Amino acid sequence: MTNTQPSPHTGTTPAGDFILTATDIKKSFGGVHALKGASMTMRRGEITALIGDNGAGKSTMVRSLSGIHKPDSGEITLDGKTVSFDNPNAARNHGIETVQQNLALVEDLTVWQNFFLGREKTHGFGPFRTLDRRVMRSTAEGMLKDLAVNVPPVSSKVRRLSGGQRQAVAIARAAGWGSKIVIMDEPTAALGVQETARVEGVINTLRDSGVAVLLISHNFDQVMRLSDHIWVMRAGTAVAERRTSETNGAELVALITGAKAS
Amino acid sequence: MTDTKTPAPAGQGTGAASAGAASVAPTGVRRFSGRWFGDLAIRYAMVIVMLLIIAFFLYRSARFGTPENLTTILIAAAPFALIALGQTLVILTGGIDLSVGSVIAVAAVYGSITAKAFPDNVWLAVVTGMVVGLIAGSINGFVVSVIKVPPFIATLGMLTAASGFAYVAGNGAPITGLPASFSSIANTQILGLTLPVILMIVGILGFAVIMRRTAYGMRVYAVGGNPVAAQIAGVKVGRTLFSVYAISGVLAGLSGVMLASRVTLGAPNLGQGYELDAIAAVVIGGASLLGGRGSIWGTALGLLLIQTLNNGLDILTVPAYWQDVIKGALIVTAVAVDVWSTKRRP
Repeated sequence: MTNTQPSPHTGTTPAGDFILTATDIKKSFGGVHALKGASMTMRRGEITALIGDNGAGKSTMVRSLSGIHKPDSGEITLDGKTVSFDNPNAARNHGIETVQQNLALVEDLTVWQNFFLGREKTHGFGPFRTLDRRVMRSTAEGMLKDLAVNVPPVSSKVRRLSGGQRQAVAIARAAGWGSKIVIMDEPTAALGVQETARVEGVINTLRDSGVAVLLISHNFDQVMRLSDHIWVMRAGTAVAERRTSETNGAELVALITGAKAS
Repeated sequence: MTDTKTPAPAGQGTGAASAGAASVAPTGVRRFSGRWFGDLAIRYAMVIVMLLIIAFFLYRSARFGTPENLTTILIAAAPFALIALGQTLVILTGGIDLSVGSVIAVAAVYGSITAKAFPDNVWLAVVTGMVVGLIAGSINGFVVSVIKVPPFIATLGMLTAASGFAYVAGNGAPITGLPASFSSIANTQILGLTLPVILMIVGILGFAVIMRRTAYGMRVYAVGGNPVAAQIAGVKVGRTLFSVYAISGVLAGLSGVMLASRVTLGAPNLGQGYELDAIAAVVIGGASLLGGRGSIWGTALGLLLIQTLNNGLDILTVPAYWQDVIKGALIVTAVAVDVWSTKRRP
């Protein structure tokens, strides 16, 4: 963050303005080459969209960035430093949080328990450590309020929340850990119109607070509405990038299908 | 409790009074919606059933409500309590441990052998039983979490194998001629309660705290509720799974030694079929076999329900076969109510 050069947003951005670069990422599952040397970048304080047809490698790319998959080869740099993640926790420790497509919340736990699952705050010593429920509850409440989320009571079970509330909880959880990058895989796929609008509001709030967002979406309107920059993937590689303000839906479709060469 | 020593007519009065109280309750909450009352009745269905059963036995038998009989119920419940606690953890992860009955047997036999060899250090027998349980539980945990054999199959295998081991260890015969020091373990009295009963109470309280107040407890729920989400959140799912089977094994081992000490016999058929009563207690207590839902208090309640039922039916000299029919019906009813109430929830 400290080495950010004050530079105008021109077509050629200095490397320091990229919070994340992924270079020549390859990943195979058995004989299936999901990623065949894909490269992409993310800029600070922007929403970067990643689009492509089913099977283009978006999810594998996202999972490589969030530590779920370990790429076979390639380089990921974060804030100019080369990083490598063995598991989701490693990515998280570097400030990369992911909101999963399938809403990775445990329905049988409460909102605050979901916030802190895997990094519980405890007090006491050794085997007699107990959960610091008061602190975790109030922290979770604060994290939800910061994003102006229509706050469900943090002590209610996730099972009782609506789809939009769940997604808001998932985003607030991802955003609330001082993260530099939040990756969102189809954040509104399961939501109605009103809830989608609300979640998009949350995503904008997140960007305005300085977090870089990587948005994976099939919804072109949403991509055009939210994103600042777009990467197009096709057949395991990133084939094109565009500033959102300089492109349109027709061009994106052409890039995705391969009708238009990049 | 003392009321029950009076003759039948007074007992009938008690029954009428409790029936009256039950009919008053709905009018008292009329300002709440009927739905609210329905939800409350569902949530506490098992408590209500329990109270009805107790009321029935109190009404029918003067002997049922005596302190001596209460002690009998607790002593009978103790060996089941330890394995039901372990079973609760396993079921919360969405698994099942069918092997606990056999682990009781093998721990009882090895514990007895140890007690015979070291009559002056009978605590060694307790340690042996727990270690035997830990080994069996760890094998279960390894097979389930690393080799990923379904828990039902893995622990079914252990059920058979451990039972075989129990007979192998004693050459097919029970271990007899156990030292008095060994039988005194289960009869040690603290505050008027025997050691197994103390272990049951401490176990229930201890695991209630662990499951509600520690990160470990939360992770067990998470692993059962949504293993993928738990994994992504950084919970070590495999390690958590392993641990619940290991804990279940240790508790079964402890239960086995206590049982052998109580009957002063290292019989290879001790604990046979206990796993079913333990599973029944957990399920009646509201746990979902799919994992993620259930509680230690629910299990404690389910356990007491079954034991109270056993005891009361014995006192009323209901034939053993009919007792099994009644228990079987109760288990299915409990789960049916649970399924129905889950559907009703928003």
